[in-house]
Amino acid sequence: MSEERFDAIVVGAGPAGSIAAYCMAKEGLEVLLIERGTAPGAKNSSGGRLYGHSLNKIMPNFWEEAPVECQVTRETVTFLTDKTAVSLDVKSEKFGDEPSFTVLRSKFDAWLAEKAEEAGAMLACGVRADELIVKDGKVIGVLCDEDEMFADVVIEADGANAWLAQKAGIRGELSPKHVASCVKEVIELPRQVIKDRFNLTGETGAAQLFVGECTQGLQGGGFIYTNKESISLGLVVTTEVFLDTEYKLADLIEEFKMHPAVQPLIEGGKVVEYSAHLVPEGGLGMMPPLVSDGLLIVGDAAGLVLNIGYQVRGMDFAIASGEAAAYAVVTAKKLGDYSKQGLGVYQTALEKSFVLQDLKTYAKVPEFLENKRIFAKYPALVEEMMVKLFTVDGTLAKPLGKSMFGTIKRHGGVVQLAKDAWKGVRAL
Amino acid sequence: MKKLSIEERLGIDKFAVDDGMPHIVIDKEICAKSALEACVRACPAGCYVKDGAEIRFDYAGCLECGTCRVLCQSKGLKWEYPRGTFGVEFRYG
Repeated sequence: MSEERFDAIVVGAGPAGSIAAYCMAKEGLEVLLIERGTAPGAKNSSGGRLYGHSLNKIMPNFWEEAPVECQVTRETVTFLTDKTAVSLDVKSEKFGDEPSFTVLRSKFDAWLAEKAEEAGAMLACGVRADELIVKDGKVIGVLCDEDEMFADVVIEADGANAWLAQKAGIRGELSPKHVASCVKEVIELPRQVIKDRFNLTGETGAAQLFVGECTQGLQGGGFIYTNKESISLGLVVTTEVFLDTEYKLADLIEEFKMHPAVQPLIEGGKVVEYSAHLVPEGGLGMMPPLVSDGLLIVGDAAGLVLNIGYQVRGMDFAIASGEAAAYAVVTAKKLGDYSKQGLGVYQTALEKSFVLQDLKTYAKVPEFLENKRIFAKYPALVEEMMVKLFTVDGTLAKPLGKSMFGTIKRHGGVVQLAKDAWKGVRAL
Repeated sequence: MKKLSIEERLGIDKFAVDDGMPHIVIDKEICAKSALEACVRACPAGCYVKDGAEIRFDYAGCLECGTCRVLCQSKGLKWEYPRGTFGVEFRYG
């Protein structure tokens, strides 16, 4: 049994963990960054979109050096039924003012961890943290296999399962209502084919979110992100729905690929990876205590994800929370106080920043998105309205208002739609 | 592009299976049948397979997402990540 001591131990070399390690190491702290995969990123998967603002603040123009895939210049939201796709499609050079990027996490996370190492953090891969070591109610280290490692602070960045905090009784069980199960395939295609199919120029990329048929009307959605020489395609479905459905998640993604609006985009491609991950989508309703004596929880482990339907954010929150945690540890070290109070500046910093502010702004969204009509009924309503709008069949034309009113009436009525729309407006 | 079976998809992925050291162990005496059936539907890797009245489980193709743990609320399920360096290794992510 060996014993070592650090200023801070960070568990998990994803964006939150590596940024925390990077920022602390830059301030001269002795930092150990533990990763259970053989390399940082080996266990990580995400849809693949990084909103760049928070990393840009820490590493200006990071994209010039980082292994990002494509800068997103095209955004599409699509309502799907079995035969129809209705999209809102925005292509703009203006998205470049605050750039966002598609990323593949194995490469990207490895690069971020390398930055932490260059700054002076010690990276230990292939090491699974089994338990927090708690003494007199205070976290003082982590147990990895037989090895005890000690530090003034542990930063838990172990992802959506937040396994360490749960084992230590700091957080309860995750609720199936608060998390979503994500499956994804990376599909290889030549760059020119991707550019032609998505109407892209240069190194730019497209992001497309889907709702409706892609999940057979279950609560969730689909996504496509274009990388340089591949497409990330996947589904995210609230885990709870599998308690009461006939569908299988592993089958749904294959059905999604066969949809007439999706198939032409990926035709001829080669699937080079199939991955899955949990997404903490419960917002403030699932957030564990972020600060305990000797412990800070960051990133997905803290539930810092925001899904509002047309934006899905996680990595930008993770990075900002890692930075805030590092700042708190540096402050605590100056004061020599690693208690909950001494580390409390982490909570305060998040409350002042977009991290908790944005989660508060959209606090009603998770509840709003529990409305089954959004996924099961409204895509069909949109389909009927749009197909009618563009159909000429020689029957007598009706005034547009009357025709649309009839459609709405058939799909639940104006009152129901107005109520749901109002809830949506209030939540968003 | 054709649909791929779950076996075909897992065949593409890289795994280092920790032989004889399952990171998920089900206690069928305790685990609620309804939760196990939900795992059959939800498990992205098809690790839970319905076989007549029984549900078979194999940890070998596990993608380590935690879906089954959440569905079972850890009741009747001993769930851990695989030991360091073992399990799935994403090359794209």
